[in-house]
Amino acid sequence: MVNTLVGDVGHFSVIIAFVAALVSSFSFSFAANANALTSEQDAWKKLARGAFFVHVVAVFSIIFSLFNIIYAHRYEYHYAWSHSSNHLPVHYMISCFWEGQEGSFLLWIFWHALLGLVLIKFAGKKWESPVMAVFSFVQLFLTSMILGVVIGDLKIGSSPFILMRDFMTDAPVFQMDPNYVPKDGTGLNPLLQNYWMVIHPPVLFLGFAATLVPFAFAIAGLWKKDFSAWTKPALPWGLFAAVVLGVGIMMGAYWAYETLNFGGYWNWDPVENAVYIPWLVLVGAIHTLLAYRKSKTALRATFILFITSFLLVLYATFLTRSGILGNASVHSFTDLGLSGQLFTYLAAFVVLAIGLLVYRWKSIPATDKEIATYSGEFWVFVGAAVLCLGAFQVLVTTSIPVYNSFMGFIGVKTNVALPADQIAHYTKFQMWMGIAIAMLSGTGQLLWWRKQNGTGKLSEVFTVPLIFTALFTALILMIGQLGLIEKIKTPVYIVLLITSLYAVFSNLAILLGVLRKNISIAGGAVAHIGVALMLLGILFSSGYSNIISKNMSGLVYAKEFGDEINRDNVLLWRNTGTDMGPYKVTYKGQYLEVKDLPDYVNKQQLFRIADEFRAIARGPLKDGDKVLYTAGDTVDIYPENTYYEVEFKNRETGKAFTLYPRAQVNPQMGLLASPDIKMFANKDLYTHVSTIPDPNEEKEWGEMKEYQVKIGDTIFVNDYVAVLHGIEPAKDTLLLNLNEGDIAVQADMQVLGEKRTYHAHPIYAIRNRKEVGQVPEEIEDLGLRLFLLNINPEKGLITIGINSTQKDYIILKAMEKPFINILWIGTLIMSLGFVMAIVRHYKDGKRGNKNGPAGKVIVKREKQLA
Amino acid sequence: MKRIHIIGILVIAVAIAIIMSTASDASVYVPFSEAQARAKEGDDTKVHVVGRLKKDAKGHIVGMKYDPVLDPNYFSFVLVDTNRVEQQVVYYSPKPQDFDRSEQVVITGNMQGEAFVADKILLKCPSKYTEKEVKVETASL
Repeated sequence: MVNTLVGDVGHFSVIIAFVAALVSSFSFSFAANANALTSEQDAWKKLARGAFFVHVVAVFSIIFSLFNIIYAHRYEYHYAWSHSSNHLPVHYMISCFWEGQEGSFLLWIFWHALLGLVLIKFAGKKWESPVMAVFSFVQLFLTSMILGVVIGDLKIGSSPFILMRDFMTDAPVFQMDPNYVPKDGTGLNPLLQNYWMVIHPPVLFLGFAATLVPFAFAIAGLWKKDFSAWTKPALPWGLFAAVVLGVGIMMGAYWAYETLNFGGYWNWDPVENAVYIPWLVLVGAIHTLLAYRKSKTALRATFILFITSFLLVLYATFLTRSGILGNASVHSFTDLGLSGQLFTYLAAFVVLAIGLLVYRWKSIPATDKEIATYSGEFWVFVGAAVLCLGAFQVLVTTSIPVYNSFMGFIGVKTNVALPADQIAHYTKFQMWMGIAIAMLSGTGQLLWWRKQNGTGKLSEVFTVPLIFTALFTALILMIGQLGLIEKIKTPVYIVLLITSLYAVFSNLAILLGVLRKNISIAGGAVAHIGVALMLLGILFSSGYSNIISKNMSGLVYAKEFGDEINRDNVLLWRNTGTDMGPYKVTYKGQYLEVKDLPDYVNKQQLFRIADEFRAIARGPLKDGDKVLYTAGDTVDIYPENTYYEVEFKNRETGKAFTLYPRAQVNPQMGLLASPDIKMFANKDLYTHVSTIPDPNEEKEWGEMKEYQVKIGDTIFVNDYVAVLHGIEPAKDTLLLNLNEGDIAVQADMQVLGEKRTYHAHPIYAIRNRKEVGQVPEEIEDLGLRLFLLNINPEKGLITIGINSTQKDYIILKAMEKPFINILWIGTLIMSLGFVMAIVRHYKDGKRGNKNGPAGKVIVKREKQLA
Repeated sequence: MKRIHIIGILVIAVAIAIIMSTASDASVYVPFSEAQARAKEGDDTKVHVVGRLKKDAKGHIVGMKYDPVLDPNYFSFVLVDTNRVEQQVVYYSPKPQDFDRSEQVVITGNMQGEAFVADKILLKCPSKYTEKEVKVETASL
């Protein structure tokens, strides 16, 4: 039955949330403009807060309704139908929630609502109203994106609560029966069926949402003409946004590495870039803010950068959701017909924010004082400029499709495309940015802390880190020469190596220096060490990624072209070993996931039935030594994904391990391959299948050969030897549904393969004394199918029929990624540094001028400034 | 001149360099005729070509060659560009699995002799992300 109630509740809540955001944003702005001493301000503030609370409750109600629709499989709703299905586990139902555009907007709205509550509580008297006015204003726009109101030709927002019959008005089913409810949904995109997809979007959207906080503070500062005080509360929030967004980006990278067969963790896809750009600018903004806090310089730059980072988040939203990247990206959303609305919002925020900034520009205090070259602030400022240039480079290239549509919009036909070799194009700049960042972070930090401690000559500060850098560079290059690790020869990679090591050691020196005094101020040093380690990880894993599945079969199909062509994939026949790098690699069979069993189960152990989500066990299925299912039991399976068992055996050491790369042949999306990764201490081995024989195509069986044999006789077929051991009553394990009087017997046969012996039990059955049926036994490993065709009891002759087919194969790609762990470790260390900095600056902000251990440092610093 | 101004000028200079370099690295969408003309002039920069697969009257794809048993890294097909020019394309990688069902194909690469050698294939499949049809199960209403 069609349940319209939950959808109505949801839709109604959206409208309430929208109206409440409108009321709240107006009331907060009246409160912000009102005189602080009058009761009028209090009244406005009360109203505004009330409206915001209503907004939050309404948002929760929207989320509850949408989740109920997905969880209860209400396929009368388009959202559930197009993103979920009956067999989806609960944790993936959560990711269905944000697979669609509407749901991901909702996730964003949800985080804003929570952050808004935190700000109402903690922003303080002075900032609450203007900051929350900005917050509610943004919420107003975001909720309008899921409003789903159509006025004439104008569509405002796309509702997640639309019914199937309203979405597909042309579908004949709904014209015949408006109450028709589909039995199952179309399911979740299999690439998203990964635990990172459950965690990654919420983190990323929390990062998106958090960039609004420093933006709102900056706008509030401009609005209330208080150009300085906002920086104190904005700093920990800026750090928070940067760490969450950074972790979100890296989670996305890890998800891509683990799930997509890009061959790496970063592909310069426009969707990845769209998040990377605001992050760089945000990190730049934090640096100029720190410089301002220390020496009253770079305030204007700080305003510009915080405002820009939020505008870039909006631009990223526009890029990924307007469908403008359709030709350029593998994973942008499709156009929901909202690109006009998105563009309007983007333009509105750009005009309002920049307009306000220009209007107040002259009043923002700027210093005429020249910054000394040997001061940390100078290099921090230069570092921020480098970050922004890095962001600018990615922005200019990623926006190429936008120029094309813009030119098309004004009637000029252009044909510019993204660079053909994107990785080379981006690397060219980003590597130099990395080098500059490494160098500046080392130098800037050393100079910064030299002044802080008031100690030392220049040479003293730099000596130790430089010595260590030289030592370790030499050491790494030498080990490379010896062939123990990757040999670094390319000059620019050597430069990157030196600068990254320099950044590690100079920051380590600072870390050790402050460790004795006050660990809480070491966040910056820790974060910079993390960044430097990330650079080292990228240098090795990407610069020296090595494909080991080079085709060495010698079979070259087309020789028209030279030898420079990459032949990076290898064909592996089932059970036939092939040499690959240092390994002998053998593809051993296809596996499925069975519910409640921790290990994959060989397909040959399972008898598939009409219901594709179930199968019958053909033998005992064990978890370790514990038998969970015995032969004949029905088990629940996940039929979508097939795992290909591939054994890697080191030819020298004889050590072996097994990988299970996954593939799914999806009716909508073709082959979806997911890699499997073997982690070593110094590298990852990354493998994925590139092609498999199409499982939807019927196997082509060769002509059947018949053999008349007696018990104990041997049959020779395709180089294999088969022996008939006897005839026995068939066990009813394969759903034969035998009735009384039916007769079923099976042959007990053994087939000797290359590696092992297979048992085969083809069945011969007679039903109602006349219908004869045969159930063949297929040995996939050998590409054989055996029938028990006839039994002649008088002569003791048994007829066996055998078909053969091409053996099963996969095409595999395998590559090594050296020292990729350093990248992940660096990410964690960077995040730790950010967290330390957040704690420290949050405490600083609270302490104000009160005396305390950290307070003293501030007082001293402020004296220095004075 | 203050140091900040020098930095400003440097930043602007780098920004201009970035724009220039992007312009020179950017590729173009061209028809096969232009890709062939470029090859004749000795210009081996990579271009994008948008096209469709060649199909016979019955809608079967023609001219597709992939035999993984012989060579898993050689895939060849015929693409018809927007000007209806046919061209043999060679791709030294396994055949993308959903290739046969694609509506539109975008390739990047360049002409090498008689064939266009593609190093990237982007497929636009019908309803890749959105469903337009609802299939009705047999009368179990």
